[in-house]
This record gives sequence, structure tokens and C-alpha cells, in this order.
Amino acid sequence: MTAQDFSADYQKRDYSLVGFETQRAIERGLATAKWYRCPIGRKELKELMRRSDGPALRDTAIWFGALALSGFGGWYFWGSWASVPFFLVYGVLYGSASDSRWHECGHRTAFKTTWMNDVVYAIACFMILREPTVWRWSHTRHHTDTIIVGRDPEIAVPRPPDILGLILNIFALKSAWSLAKKLALHVQDKLDPEEATFIPEMERPKVFREARIMAAIFIGVAVWCVAIGSILPAMFIGLPSIYGGFMTIFFGLTQHAGLDEDVLDHRLNSRTIYMNPVFRFLYLNMNYHVEHHMFPMVPYHALPRLHEAIKDDCPTPYANCWEAYREIIPALLRQRREPGWYVKRQLPSHVAPLDVSAAGAAAAE
Amino acid sequence: MPTAIATRWVEACAADEIDEEDVIRFDEGGRTFAIYRSPDDAYFATDGLCTHEKVHLADGLVMDNIIECPKHNGRFDYTTGKAKGAPVCVDLKTYPVRVEDGKVLIGLD
Repeated sequence: MTAQDFSADYQKRDYSLVGFETQRAIERGLATAKWYRCPIGRKELKELMRRSDGPALRDTAIWFGALALSGFGGWYFWGSWASVPFFLVYGVLYGSASDSRWHECGHRTAFKTTWMNDVVYAIACFMILREPTVWRWSHTRHHTDTIIVGRDPEIAVPRPPDILGLILNIFALKSAWSLAKKLALHVQDKLDPEEATFIPEMERPKVFREARIMAAIFIGVAVWCVAIGSILPAMFIGLPSIYGGFMTIFFGLTQHAGLDEDVLDHRLNSRTIYMNPVFRFLYLNMNYHVEHHMFPMVPYHALPRLHEAIKDDCPTPYANCWEAYREIIPALLRQRREPGWYVKRQLPSHVAPLDVSAAGAAAAE
Repeated sequence: MPTAIATRWVEACAADEIDEEDVIRFDEGGRTFAIYRSPDDAYFATDGLCTHEKVHLADGLVMDNIIECPKHNGRFDYTTGKAKGAPVCVDLKTYPVRVEDGKVLIGLD
């Protein structure tokens, strides 16, 4: 891959959803635009999109089973150092594996059966400190306008990167603080102005109800801890999002960080990375991130097959996380100094990215 | 007194052009429609664009009586047009369909 230096004419960008960049994105045809899709036959795509409960039932049973076993070990050895590895495993399963579970179930592609998606979605959202309805709509916008400045509420690393914030998020501290502020607002039946741009009026009572339920659970756990004079209950509910959240940012940064903004081609703003089976279980194959964004109706268990089908039309995938991070960390450090700089993904020589102006025109039609 | 609106029957496609449990796009008079063939071999028609963000439903997935939008996985019951939950909140308009001589006809207002 190569890099381009746009720092000379770089202007500070406004990543909020209510600033000048929002209108600019609309005027440039970048909002709700037509995106590039790799060619794939309808029959093959239909086969890839086919839903099934089996893989997600298996993976959810393993997930809950491992949570129960590691949780039991943590409880059994509580008070000794022997509990640490058990809580480490429990924490990662709770505070990190939940990230991909809320995501897949939010798309309602993990299971074929709708209620199964919705139940696991609610549980996983709680674990990852995300309010279900807020994040359903936030993520909908992320898929409409992926890494479009002024439109996408889920740009993890706005430029210049907030390195301290990223470090704090290794233990979910920034996201926990953000949730606390949002919960405080939502329990009073209020939304912040940015949320109001993507959550429809009719969905807002649900947001407020869920905020009260979440807040009540956290308060209940805190009261329980005080009552028994131990943080043990919080080690199982609440704190694992903090002490076990480090794999969330480890996986999450690989998705888009350091790549281009305002392009209508997921091959240029997303990464596909080969990962080992343990990571792929924790992350539910979201390492195939270009594929997921381009064809979000393909369930996680079919993404490796989708990757095989379209890989000739995509940039070379990263061989592993190490290779990805050898690019991401220097890129983010450089963007601190040169916010206009980004990693330019190299498309196969026989294909060209979708022309932004043409796509904008198509979207406007 | 309600005004009767005449239905104009328009040939959309050959019946065997649509696989079972699938959907195709049909454009007519500047409008776009989605024509469905259900798993039990019945035919249905709706507006062709998702009510959420105007994406062509013909690129989506048919599961039993459900069409799932390819962009945000919003779901509709294509037999009634009913939106089945976020992110789709507005129902789809449906159109009458009949099959004659191996052709699928949809009734337009």
C-alpha cells in the first residue's frame, strides 16, 4: 500500500453530526449514496445470505458455557490470585466478545430466528455498555454513510487521533464515561442533538425505557456490593466491561482506523484481516470487514466464503493482526502531526474505485 | 362516496423468471416494483424501494413471507407490506398480482 500526503491543504474537520460537515457531505452527494459493490451472481449471493440458527446456537452455547465456567472459577478462587486468570477469561468473553455479538444480532443475521437475535442483542448490548435502540440506529447510519465525516456517528478515530482517549479505551473508560453521560440524559427523557439526527421520534420512548432499565441494573449491583461489603457482584456484572474490554478496541481499531474518509468504496475505508480461529470466534468473523460492509446481509459464518468469492476484486488482505497494527499505529501517530494523511489501500490493477462525483449524482437522482 | 380507481394490469415478467422464495425488480412508467415468488409458489408485488432509505429490495433476501433489505436488514412481510421493526418503520405499498398464461401481471392504480 502507499500513502498520500494531503496535509498541505488539510482543513480541520468537524466530526459532529450537527456541524458544517453534515451539510457539506449532503451537498457532495456522500450521504445515503450509492456504494461500490464487487460483482457477484445473484444465485451465489443468495446462497451466501441464507440464514440458519445452527452456527449461532453453537457459538452462543460455547460463549455462555465458557462464561459460566470461567465465572465459576473466579467465584471459587475469589480472594486468591488463582481467581485472576478466570476473571481474565470471563472479562474478555463478557467485555469483548459481546462486541461482535451485539453487532451480528443487531443486523439480525446471526440467527435465522428473529427473537433469538433480539435476545442475544439485548444481553450483548448490556455487556458492551451500549443502549440497544440507540446503537441499532447509530449502526444503521454507520452502514449508510461509512466513515463519511459529518454523517457517521461511529468513526472510532477522528483525525487528529485522540491517543489518550484510545489508551483509556483499552479499559473502556472513555466509552463507559460516554455511556454514563448518555444514560443520565436518557433517563430524563432527553436525547443529545446528534442522537436526534438518527433516532426517529417513534423509537425514542424505547430509548428512555431501556436507559432506565440499564441504570437500575447498575444501581442494583452497586447496592448489592455495598450491602455485602464486596465488589464480587460487580466482578460479574458491570466491571467486566472495563477489565475485559481490551480486545474490543484491539479488534475494533483494525476496522477503519488510519484509512481514507469520504470515499464510497468499502475497499478503501475498511480492512479485511486474516485471524486465528480463537480471534475469529471472539470477533465472529468481523475481520472480514470489507465483505461485511459491502454485503451486510451475509451472516458471519458465511463471510469466509464471501471473501473467497470477491477477493480478486479487493485489496490484498492483511496476513494477521501484527501486519495490520504495523500499519495502524504509525498511521495514527503520523495523523497526530499530519491529520490529512491516510493509508491508501491498493486496489487490484484491473479495477477502479467508484467515482465519488458519479456516485453522488446517482444518489441524487 | 368513494371514487373507484380503475386497476390497470401490467405484465411484469414470466412466472418462471422468478425462482421460488426469491424476488426480482420490475420497472414501469418511472416507478420500480419488487415481484416476489413465495416458497408455496404464490406471487406478490410491492413497491420496489425500501421505505427506510430507498434501496432496491430486489437485491435483498426472501425468507418465507419476509423480504429483508440488503442495506440495513430491515424486514417487511411482502404479502401485506407490514414493516417488521427497526430500522424500517413505514409499511410497503402492495399491489394485486395474478398469473395468466405463465405471465405475472400486477395491478397498478
